[in-house]
Amino acid sequence: MVDLSVDISGLKLKNPIMPASGTFSEDLAEVFDLDRLGAHVTKTITRGWRDGNPTPRVCEVNGSMLNSIGIPSKGVGAFIEKVVPFYAHYETPLVVSISGNTADEFATLCSEVSVPGVAAIEVNISCPNIEEDGKAFAIRPSSTHDVMRKLRAATDLPLWAKLTPNTGETSEVARAAEEGGADALVVANTILSMAIDINTRRPKLGNLMGGLSGPSLKPIALRMAYQCARATSIPVIGCGGISTVEDVIEYLIAGASAVQVGTATFIHPTIMLSLIDGLEDWLSNQGLSSVKDLIGTVIDGEQDEAVVFMEAAP
Amino acid sequence: MPERIETMDDVPSIKAFELPLSVKSNEPVNGEYRLLVLAAPHDILKRCRAGQFFHLLCPQAGGETPYLRRPMSIYGFYPEKGELHFLYKVTGAGTRALASLALGDRLNVLGPLGEPFTIADDWQDLVLVARGVGLATLAPLALEANRLGRRLTAICSARHPDYLMSTDYFASLGADVITLTDAEGTSDLDNLEKVIEGLIADGRADAFYTCGSNRMLRLLQTIGERHGIPGQIALEQQMACGIGMCHCCVRPFNRGDRQVHLRVCREGPVFDMMEAIAW
Repeated sequence: MVDLSVDISGLKLKNPIMPASGTFSEDLAEVFDLDRLGAHVTKTITRGWRDGNPTPRVCEVNGSMLNSIGIPSKGVGAFIEKVVPFYAHYETPLVVSISGNTADEFATLCSEVSVPGVAAIEVNISCPNIEEDGKAFAIRPSSTHDVMRKLRAATDLPLWAKLTPNTGETSEVARAAEEGGADALVVANTILSMAIDINTRRPKLGNLMGGLSGPSLKPIALRMAYQCARATSIPVIGCGGISTVEDVIEYLIAGASAVQVGTATFIHPTIMLSLIDGLEDWLSNQGLSSVKDLIGTVIDGEQDEAVVFMEAAP
Repeated sequence: MPERIETMDDVPSIKAFELPLSVKSNEPVNGEYRLLVLAAPHDILKRCRAGQFFHLLCPQAGGETPYLRRPMSIYGFYPEKGELHFLYKVTGAGTRALASLALGDRLNVLGPLGEPFTIADDWQDLVLVARGVGLATLAPLALEANRLGRRLTAICSARHPDYLMSTDYFASLGADVITLTDAEGTSDLDNLEKVIEGLIADGRADAFYTCGSNRMLRLLQTIGERHGIPGQIALEQQMACGIGMCHCCVRPFNRGDRQVHLRVCREGPVFDMMEAIAW
């Protein structure tokens, strides 16, 4: 029997597989038992009602996906009244993803969603900061630190900071989030991207640009997860392009303590169950009794040239 | 801040299934459309309702790799034969891939999904109005109407008589079938309006059902408002998840005195005809 449980700064998960925000909802309960998952992560909510972006909101590109959904939200009141009671049926911890236009608005919402039934708050600091001309909070270390300080003061619940790949300062942003009070890092959100229909010469998304997700994103997000795990001492939750058990294992070896599965759930709604079972089988076959024995075991020292040569030989 | 959280009464039951089904046949029915017949388990088929859809994971074919699933309305479901039918037109990478499926191949399907058509108790005379492949979505509704003993008129429109579909099927279910085609000059909206007004005058239109045409929707809304006749429409929209999670497939609807965005996959694909907004 393999122990799949992991600990995210005091929050114990029965396994390290959970959905990524925006790719999960109560609707999935009509396809499988949601209590199989390590955690439930809601779609990002905002304080007030948001309609979201114009359609088309999605297009596919080379075996991956672009989206510009635009965080449609029914607001914090509807969330507390209807969504939290739904998840209270389940033993699996509920993580609520939140977003705000300004640091103060973000902090107020953080306080408002700190209700019984919520186990942790994932702060989507990858969204545009209106006070910074639309630049995402997590693009720069200083704005990351400032918003995390305000969020930290607003709640006693564990705070997971979801970082953006649209930065050139991954390690610095990760450290800023930790110093600002993050209990864990979710690495990462989607990459700002674009696709154009060559016949109409129009962008394929109604919002012109959107976020790239799916297998194309994996090597980039994996690299970031590795960097963040090395740069900080808080748990990293890998997120980006996971669709096979090998992907999960790579993230864990890179240093992630858990992973979030996003776009792959659109292709196979039950894929998270397959990943949980597949991970258990793989660990068992490897003779490992706990998933914790795999986390951060990447061998990143100098390559043994002889081994590389021998393995490359036909 | 509430002291504690009220728990809802029940956990939702499992209603949709992801599973591979084997292909029984996949043949052209005319120059434009193909019929895909899948062998399906009885417990899935007995859950299907007219107007619902499946989300299909199209295979890789011809060097193309469709990534997202493709929503496809149910053309027919037959628990007694163990068959699930889809009628489709080859238009893009996903449907090109579907066309490549051969006898015995497996196709991963997710469903049944979405809200079905409903037939109110006092709707005795139903009028189905559709053009082209829109008829495919209405075909299982005709079967359900027949089962409930309702009278049925199917107004089928197409570019050419060769592209009229399902007319024999509608007739076999006891429907009065009226065909209108561009080639014969009978499919224009003025003529369609005259046909429908004739049915109303004869007391044969308690409710309208439609799918697929913007112009037909507008006309039916106008006639429906004029005579106080309700209706339902099955809508299409590009989808990613098909379950309601992603909010990709929203469309605007008139509800009361305001406009709301609803998910075609979840709150639909069947909507109140008068609330739908032409596109």
